[in-house]
Amino acid sequence: MVRVEFLGPIQKEPLELDITNLNELAKILQDDEELKEWLGNSAVAVNDTLVSSLEAPLKDGDKISLLPPVCGG
Amino acid sequence: MLELYEGSLDVPNILKRWYEEEAQSNYGAYIPFVGTVRSENGIDGLSFDIYEPILKSWFEAWQQKAKAKGAIIKMAHSKGDVMLHESSYISAVFSPKRRVALEFIDEFVEDFKASAPIWKYDLIDGKRVYAKDRSTAIKGSGILGK
Repeated sequence: MVRVEFLGPIQKEPLELDITNLNELAKILQDDEELKEWLGNSAVAVNDTLVSSLEAPLKDGDKISLLPPVCGG
Repeated sequence: MLELYEGSLDVPNILKRWYEEEAQSNYGAYIPFVGTVRSENGIDGLSFDIYEPILKSWFEAWQQKAKAKGAIIKMAHSKGDVMLHESSYISAVFSPKRRVALEFIDEFVEDFKASAPIWKYDLIDGKRVYAKDRSTAIKGSGILGK
């Protein structure tokens, strides 16, 4: 199982999913109406490191984070 | 050095402490940037969420870049609510000569705005409203979209 966390303004509880790569995650999240406005503008981190493609394999216990647009300061 | 605080920053004390911490370090320049909440669009203040693990690694990468130029960076940021005319952000660069610090503070603050995992909300009538129009998608965003 992996854990998916939604950060900042994305008002959604974490998910526990049985998936092995980010392509599977994309398919699941694209069917979620609540996330419609966020998938196209959020960055993705696996175990707190930002990733740039969906190819990275996932293993049991991984933490995936979705980071929507930022504005510090 | 990265410092996070609940609520507004005590600017005079932070700037003074940083000055004192490096007083004997032989830096010729100390260039701080202080961000203060302005009155605009009827807001009562701002509020912030921070994702600390990635903020820390982002900051550490910048600290290494500064170190390569003989400089150091310090940064303080608020979590939660910060009201009008209070400050939510301070960063500062110390360097042997002024030019490095002047250029570095500019680059650092720009990347901070574009990349640091911090989310800003306007406080309006007791509600927290995500500052969507002023926010920037982190580089590489959108890979989960269609």
